[in-house]
Amino acid sequence: MSFLQQDVPLSWYLLLSAALFSLGVVGFLIKRNLITVFMSIELMLTAVNLSFVTFAHQWHMVKGQIFVFFVMVVAAAEAAVGLAIIIAVFRARATLSVDRIDLMKL
Amino acid sequence: MNAPLHLWLIPLLPFAGFLLNGILGRGLPKWIVTTIAILAPLGSFLVVLYACLFVRSGPTDPDLAPVIHLMPYSENFGHWINLGALHIDFSFVLDQLSLVMLLVITGVGFLIHIYSVGYMHDEPGYARYFSFLNLFLFFMTVLVLAGNILLMFVGWEGVGLASYLLIGFYFQKNSAAAAGKKAFIVNRIGDFGFLIGIFLLLANFGTLTFAEIASNLAANPAWQGGILTVICLCLLLGATGKSAQLPLYIWLPDAMEGPTPVSALIHAATMVTAGVYMIARTHVLFDHSPFALDVVAIVGAATALFAATIALVQNDIKRVLAYSTISQLGYMFLACGVAAYSAGIFHLMTHAFFKALLFLAAGSVIHSLGGQQDLRKMGGLRKKLPVTFWTMTVAVFAIAGFPPLAAFFSKDAILYAAFLHGTIGKALWFVGILTALLTSFYMFRLWYLTFMGESRSPDVHAHESPWSMLGPLVILALLSIGGGWIGIERFGAFLAPSVGALPTETGAGHLELILTLIAVAVALEGLLIADKFYRRKKEIPAQRAASFPAGYKLLSNKYYVDEFYDAFIVKPLFAVSKYVLGWVIDVGILGGIAWLLAGIATFAGAILQRWQSGNLRSYAAWLAAGAAVLLLFVLIPWTSVWPDSLHLIQKAAGH
Repeated sequence: MSFLQQDVPLSWYLLLSAALFSLGVVGFLIKRNLITVFMSIELMLTAVNLSFVTFAHQWHMVKGQIFVFFVMVVAAAEAAVGLAIIIAVFRARATLSVDRIDLMKL
Repeated sequence: MNAPLHLWLIPLLPFAGFLLNGILGRGLPKWIVTTIAILAPLGSFLVVLYACLFVRSGPTDPDLAPVIHLMPYSENFGHWINLGALHIDFSFVLDQLSLVMLLVITGVGFLIHIYSVGYMHDEPGYARYFSFLNLFLFFMTVLVLAGNILLMFVGWEGVGLASYLLIGFYFQKNSAAAAGKKAFIVNRIGDFGFLIGIFLLLANFGTLTFAEIASNLAANPAWQGGILTVICLCLLLGATGKSAQLPLYIWLPDAMEGPTPVSALIHAATMVTAGVYMIARTHVLFDHSPFALDVVAIVGAATALFAATIALVQNDIKRVLAYSTISQLGYMFLACGVAAYSAGIFHLMTHAFFKALLFLAAGSVIHSLGGQQDLRKMGGLRKKLPVTFWTMTVAVFAIAGFPPLAAFFSKDAILYAAFLHGTIGKALWFVGILTALLTSFYMFRLWYLTFMGESRSPDVHAHESPWSMLGPLVILALLSIGGGWIGIERFGAFLAPSVGALPTETGAGHLELILTLIAVAVALEGLLIADKFYRRKKEIPAQRAASFPAGYKLLSNKYYVDEFYDAFIVKPLFAVSKYVLGWVIDVGILGGIAWLLAGIATFAGAILQRWQSGNLRSYAAWLAAGAAVLLLFVLIPWTSVWPDSLHLIQKAAGH
């Protein structure tokens, strides 16, 4: 782990995290397939996790590391529930296009 | 020291009766309702009698001193309003005036409760009737016992409420409901004056307690007229509303829509005399305003004559009595107006006896004829209703002023006091004596038409009323005979500490005798004319009516006062309400503002609605845009872009 500290600066990790997050946002916005949208969300969560870990390492605080575990647990639960919902939606409407799943409209 | 008299029981017992019968009465058996309703006023009456035993006007022998209270005796039940220097308490005061009033109210009230048991026996709403009647006694005793004018006003409004409820007792009848409303609204006009009077009193005296106002005025004997006249006229307006005087008398004849015992208790014996009581109670104010006193006297005399002329031609037995009540109340006002308050209260007391008796006897007649109130369809009831006939006869002779019946003494006292009262006194006396003639005539007219001659509805089988109704009649008849024997001198001396001494003139013994003889002659004359008109030459009334068609029409239509008020007050008010208040203000301004606000909200909603597209990605885009804006806000170095912001941020942070 020591080479991390010495060789790669903090900003690189943060830039990677920001790039991943932006990819997730763009994917969320432009993709129509619900599964792809879902994957984009996971990508954003992962990007956030990366910045948590980076800061935790930088400031030598274990709280950030612990938070990552929380995020991963929640993400796993969310994946289970979300996929179940997606399957239910597909069964009901025979489509996964987010533009056609607009039942929440008033 | 001395045991308290428990004055609070006097109003509270009827109030308990009201609550019990009002809440539970519908589900209770009739005899329990009756028991509660009768016991409440009886209890109050006994408390008053108990109080009578233990109060004295002046020092008494030393053996009794430890148990005797001197009047005025007061009980205080704590503060009601405490605002700066203003303190208004729940305080009851028992003095000579309130003692007399309480005896009349609870005594006559108790008798009328008993009478009602018989009269209302088959009516639906039996418990409701008695709960209202008890409620009335509660408020009336509060009115009389109140130690300050604001508490009196509570009772004043309360009796108005009870009166409204009881006039409209047969609320299915449109006329009864309308009469109730009319009474309430007309009284509101009077109460407006009363309230203004209270405010003026508060502004000028800083207190509303009768005793403090009196001592304040006693300390400034030179204070005459001015604002006191204004206060007195405002109070007088209140009194004319409650006591059915000109110009606010119009509600009382219509109030006869209520059950007859109600007419006897509220609209003859007690509530309508509240105005007289109020003037007597605030007499110290009136004594400082000769102008207001003259107005009281003139209003009283004018009302007495005016109502008596209307009563001449009415054909509804209760309406004749209603106008007669207005006329007699006019006498009481006349007495107050010539500063003979104790004569007014004396007449109030005897009037309570004989007028309650007249109404109850009329109720007995109506009851026995199955609801018939038209004099033209009665007649010949002398044999069929002997007890009613004899008691009514006593009352008719009493109100006509025949000695030695009660009203002879009281009316005589009023007329004598009027005659002694300066220059306008003679005119007042003449109006009074003329009214006495008319009174005698229309009462004997009623008496002849009801009881004498032959029955004009032969198919109706009249039957004498039950003893629960006749008992009170007999007791009231005895009171109508003997109620005046105490004499005005002793009565006036008893009341003097409360309402001031009677005006007297020394060496006027023969004058009083002459006036008395004139009064008796006038009463006899009324009897003779009525006898001629309705027994010996029955064609005369129709001839007279035919020879003066305009006059007769004017009288039988009650001078068109109702029509006049309708055209000049009610209709314009309705028009203003409908067009100005209704259309311009309500629909136009208030409604317009409401519609405008609703329109703005709807319009804004229609625009913002497009945001809620239901499209997931558009939501996400707004989310992302929002996040981007926040990020921008954090990242931009505001202090360099806009130097002032540093100052603002510091200020916001509290530096």
